[in-house]
Amino acid sequence: MERILEQIPRFFSGPNMALLLEAAGLTLAMTITGCLIGFGLAFVLVYLRQTPGLWALPLRWICITYVEVFRRIPFIVVIYLVLFFIQAVTPDASLFTIAVIAICLYAVAYTADIIRGGIESVPVTQVEAAQSMNLSRLQTNIRIVLPQAWPVIVPPAIAFAVSFIKDTALVSQVGVFELTFRGKELNNQGYSGLLVFGTIAICYFLLSFPLSMLGQYLEKRLATPRGERRTRKIRNP
Amino acid sequence: MPHLEVSDVRAKYGTLEVLKGISFSIKKGEIASLVGPSGSGKSTVLRALMGLTPITGGTVMIGNDRMNYSSAKEVRAARDRMAIVFQQYNLFQNMTVMKNLTLAPLKIKKWDSAEVMSEARRLLGLVGLSDRADAYPDQLSGGQQQRVALARALALKPQILLLDEVTSALDPELVNEVLDAIRKLANEGMTMIIVSHEMAFVREVADKVVFMDEGQIIEAGKPNDIFDNPQTDRARDFFSKILRH
Ligand SMILES: Nc1ncnc2c1ncn2[C@@H]1O[C@H](COP(=O)(O)OP(=O)(O)OP(=O)(O)O)[C@@H](O)[C@H]1O
Ligand SMILES: [Mg+2]
Repeated sequence: MERILEQIPRFFSGPNMALLLEAAGLTLAMTITGCLIGFGLAFVLVYLRQTPGLWALPLRWICITYVEVFRRIPFIVVIYLVLFFIQAVTPDASLFTIAVIAICLYAVAYTADIIRGGIESVPVTQVEAAQSMNLSRLQTNIRIVLPQAWPVIVPPAIAFAVSFIKDTALVSQVGVFELTFRGKELNNQGYSGLLVFGTIAICYFLLSFPLSMLGQYLEKRLATPRGERRTRKIRNP
Repeated sequence: MPHLEVSDVRAKYGTLEVLKGISFSIKKGEIASLVGPSGSGKSTVLRALMGLTPITGGTVMIGNDRMNYSSAKEVRAARDRMAIVFQQYNLFQNMTVMKNLTLAPLKIKKWDSAEVMSEARRLLGLVGLSDRADAYPDQLSGGQQQRVALARALALKPQILLLDEVTSALDPELVNEVLDAIRKLANEGMTMIIVSHEMAFVREVADKVVFMDEGQIIEAGKPNDIFDNPQTDRARDFFSKILRH
């Protein structure tokens, strides 16, 4: 305990804090970039998976297999697979890129199911109404289905991203200088583990808490029936 | 010459044949009404015409055009000529009334935007909802929603309008406002196929009544003949039950 107290002034020095801030930024950047790209690709995957017709059977099968396989592999294994694959193809790819790709591949599989659930929550009658007006499948999805599916998709998607901030700690295993990696480094420099990882824990909390709040805010906002949201301005006579 | 001619149309759900060879025709400006017990296939006829339920046999002619529904292009062609109003309105929940009316005319038909807007306003006036253009469907009563759905279908300028039990989901006091809107269309000479349980209304507006049972047409004719003097036991049985109320 005394050691910790004695280390505090030195530990919370400028260079150390800059290091942690940078690491926290990197953690957030990796998570958000990976999840956003993954989320976008998940839409494509779900769309392809819903391609009708016999000719698209292999396509649907590939999409389903992808989701099922990636949901069953530990994230750390995905990281190593991406690391070795990318290094074999382009040896000078940055570790950041590798981490983002790994996060992305993982996020696609998880958010695809969230998106599919959201899409399936929209009554099929909405789709039939659109079809009978000759809207294409893409138009129907973009203009009719997705806007109605958002309230179902957004909360769990954000919850996934929030929980993933923690899981990015695993990419420290391949040497990305994110939070946990820097923590181990400082610990190795002789700082008390309790002090270092206590600070790191607070950093993770500070990273994910605002995002959870955003998620809760969006959830409430999306859950408000449209009528109530708009009529605040134009109440029915 | 018939405007719409349906010949020996068949449809299946899985292995269950729900349309076992349906044939009827209507002329331009005529109103045909499909009546029959629940599950007899009335909705399926309309859905088949709109390409929502695939047909497994038969042909459909609209004017001189033969619709086979065998390719996406042919299904589009059929949908280009007809519009359907569903029992549950099926308005797009994420769009205002105006957007519901103008979406397809602007984005699919690619008609002139000023004309589409003024036509949409005219149609809202026709169904008595001029003041609700900016409302969302969940801000409207069932009767209002169904009138919007009617206007939305008309905004597509269909050659034939299909109505599937458009008053069945409504509270009794809301039924008449929708029927009034349909009466107006009838007076304007709109060609329609109306599936309905409102027998008094059918008798009033229909030029032809088609009685269906178990996926087949049992009888067809003028409303008064069919209602007052059915030739088959099944029709007699059905009308005696339904007309008693
Ligand atoms: N999606 C579906 N899958 C399987 N069977 C269906 C489906 N839709 C309808 N059917 C069956 O097809 C038959 C005809 O149904 P349809 O909806 O056309 O009848 P209907 O005359 O419109 O009846 P109602 O007056 O109750 O609306 C019924 O036996 C029904 O159970
Ligand atoms: Mg029906």
